[in-house]
Amino acid sequence: MTHVPYLVAGYGISIAVIALYVVSVMRRSKRLAAKVPAERARWMTGNDADVIGES
Amino acid sequence: MTKTSEVVSQRSVTRSKGTTILGAGVLVGVVIWLFLAFVASGPDIRETADGNTIGQFDAVRLLYIHVPLVITAYSAFVVTAIGSLMVLIKRSVWWDLVAGASAEIGALGAALTLLTGSIWGRPIWNTWWEWGDVRILTTLVLFMLSLGYLAVRRLEGTAEVRAKRSAVVGLLLVVNVAIVNKSVEWWADQTLHQNSTIAEGAIADLKAFTLFFSIVLGLAAYTWMMIHRFRLAWLERQYDRFGIEDAIAVRRSEADRVMQGDSQ
Repeated sequence: MTHVPYLVAGYGISIAVIALYVVSVMRRSKRLAAKVPAERARWMTGNDADVIGES
Repeated sequence: MTKTSEVVSQRSVTRSKGTTILGAGVLVGVVIWLFLAFVASGPDIRETADGNTIGQFDAVRLLYIHVPLVITAYSAFVVTAIGSLMVLIKRSVWWDLVAGASAEIGALGAALTLLTGSIWGRPIWNTWWEWGDVRILTTLVLFMLSLGYLAVRRLEGTAEVRAKRSAVVGLLLVVNVAIVNKSVEWWADQTLHQNSTIAEGAIADLKAFTLFFSIVLGLAAYTWMMIHRFRLAWLERQYDRFGIEDAIAVRRSEADRVMQGDSQ
């Protein structure tokens, strides 16, 4: 196989960056979920604020 | 808050049955994608009429990650633009959060597009970066604009003002997507890029299938990330709103207790 270093760099960096991003989103979600009551943690349950600037 | 709701919320509030199934599907898809990209499909080797061998050889496999990243970034910015438009028309919180979440994923996709393009360009064009290439340059502008959009979302102001001004920048993103896409046609003499490989049928057989599969997988992964990122954005918003309200309520009750103590 030719161009192995380029393939490793291209796939390796991309997959690693996306994985880090996903882990970061999950960690932030978990941290905030501990502070927001479950009954208003999901958009489906938060129908009180559909319009910007009105609550 | 009840103990049960605490437990529920501390698990993964952004996860649902749907995202679990989609996420599992994406993971299976990644395995198939890597098999197609590295095992099933072959290198790009062509013979010229005079018997010489030309092609991208194994570097063609980089296109199975570069192209889906491009299309995912484009799609993400189109969603941001739709969300921005809806913010301006309906002042919708839901669309504002969708636009912001999608722009963040789009920025990531645009950054990785530039990176994988550069890595592919080195062996194929003999350069990491070409400032004179209009597609590279417009993609860089798109990436910078997406960072600008994310920065504008964080500027000071009321929720309405912040949503409106970020929506205007969000609409510019889709204009730039069109410019990036058409740049190789509009400035054909100022680019190393070719016209659309897929539209012109320049790629066939298993390579074409691998490319299509990688694009579908990229869009599925985007959808999965988008749902989680949107739910995180909703959590952030709820915490910003109710977190402060809760803190004020606590302070008020403390003040009331102090006042009652003084009066006694």
